[in-house]
Amino acid sequence: MTWNRRTMNAAAFGLTALCAAITVSVLFFLLGYIAWHGFRGVNLDFFTHLPTPVGEAGGGMANAIVGTGKLLGLASLIGIPIGFFGGVYLSEFGHNRLGFWVRYAADLLNGVPSIVMGIFAYTIIVLPMKQFSTLAGGAALGVMMIPIAVRSTEEFLRLVPASVREASLALGAHEWKTILFIVVPAAFRGLLTGILLDLARVAGETAPLLFTAFNNRIWSHGWLEPTASLPVMIFTYAISPYEDWHRQAWAAALVLMLLVLLVNGGARLLLPRRRAAA
Amino acid sequence: MFRGASLGFALSILGIVLGLIAALAWNSRLALGKFGWRFLWGTTWDPVAEIFGALPFIYGTLVTSAIGLLIAVPLGLGTAIFLAELAAPRVSEFIGFLVELLAAIPSVIYGLVGVFVVVPWVRTVIGPGLSGAFGWLPLFQGTPYGVGLLTAGMILAAMVVPFITTVSREVLLAVPRAQREAALALGATHWEVVWTSILPYARSGIVGSIFLALARALGETMAVTMVVGNRPEIKASLLEPGYTMAAVLANEFTEATSDLYLHALVEIGLVLFGITFLVNGAARLMLLRMGRVQEVRA
Repeated sequence: MTWNRRTMNAAAFGLTALCAAITVSVLFFLLGYIAWHGFRGVNLDFFTHLPTPVGEAGGGMANAIVGTGKLLGLASLIGIPIGFFGGVYLSEFGHNRLGFWVRYAADLLNGVPSIVMGIFAYTIIVLPMKQFSTLAGGAALGVMMIPIAVRSTEEFLRLVPASVREASLALGAHEWKTILFIVVPAAFRGLLTGILLDLARVAGETAPLLFTAFNNRIWSHGWLEPTASLPVMIFTYAISPYEDWHRQAWAAALVLMLLVLLVNGGARLLLPRRRAAA
Repeated sequence: MFRGASLGFALSILGIVLGLIAALAWNSRLALGKFGWRFLWGTTWDPVAEIFGALPFIYGTLVTSAIGLLIAVPLGLGTAIFLAELAAPRVSEFIGFLVELLAAIPSVIYGLVGVFVVVPWVRTVIGPGLSGAFGWLPLFQGTPYGVGLLTAGMILAAMVVPFITTVSREVLLAVPRAQREAALALGATHWEVVWTSILPYARSGIVGSIFLALARALGETMAVTMVVGNRPEIKASLLEPGYTMAAVLANEFTEATSDLYLHALVEIGLVLFGITFLVNGAARLMLLRMGRVQEVRA
């Protein structure tokens, strides 16, 4: 082997190692930078107080934290049932033309930019009701949850061997009993991972909330009022000219990032061998 | 009964997609009717005079995504090759996990770091540096404000690298052993094996991963809105502020004062939907050719 080819080999792989190092250091830079700036803004007030008017120090984002919780709850209520039963259909009965189209629709939905999802919720909920609301924001996030819930449910149910289904059917169990009480429990950890990854993904979504849930400086009552949420608060505060608000934005970013990474990381740890990621 | 119920849920997914397309088309009908195809190449966006042309936004979207890919493709592919070829399996798993965390960070947080770190950096270091070295090119002329197409592209790059790396790594690992051994048997070095034998075999899968990343970049909203400068003009220089389709939606949707204005914005959403639909379709086609589409739900 000539010296040239050996050098080429080393140089090329050296470059790939450099690429990996850069990619990983971007992650550590982001985590470190946000932790560093966020910690200065996080205190008890952040979790228990409402935002204060400009110029008044202190205050927190209690309403945004509750708002994010409500939005995620509503989104789960919409996204998980449709995604779960849709996935059950695809895995158990969907080996036909219709199954192909549903799968195709789910993939298409997955590729829709999140801001377009916001427009969708705006046109079907905000326009007729003539007001921004938690309901509209939750619906937008719920629709966003569907595709991943569908495909992960289908994938994990398919991993359950056919012999398990046959054993149950042979004992005289109904099709629905077999699926709900035998097949689904066998795939439970996988299903839970899929749902958690899904939640972690929509928890940080901002674009679909801008003109559905909108924002709110005070508490939002019920489901039909505009509500604050952590991601939208970060956006609003980050582009504001006020030093105080910037500090709060960093604090909110830290809280949101920890929430997302904990749920995401936790979901992955549930599975012994990672499957393809959502 | 049960079968019927789950069928109902499955059909509702089809219904949502059809409803989405119908809602976008119906709520942009005024703009579609008034401007027709001119909407796509009109360069004036003047809500006061009610003249709406989307070209500045389409241009900004394409340019920022192109810059993003220009940085992300070598970086993501290099990382994927490192993970698939060089790193020990455990290291590869762990770094793969870290890369996926990068994809999990919310885009508004990328935007936040963009505003307070990348924008000043472009204003003081990258911008003047590029102007100094390549100032004879129109691409790098003008005063660097910090915000602009280049900044948005750089942030997009960081955001889409995980898509390229994760999918390409899977594709590279799926290349049959015989392919590798044949090249090794001919006396190729490890890199020559990768370059002459593995990459060509994995080509359509890698291109698929790039299309997936492109679709992501085109539709990315928050991070871009925060750093692109939000000025609907077409300038040659990448250091100038620009605007993208997603960003104009984020900024102006709640301010739409007339029906025509609102319909023009929804039409931008429709165009964005159409473009990402085509790009995602291309990605699927490429990955199907690799027979790996099951692995990809990015």
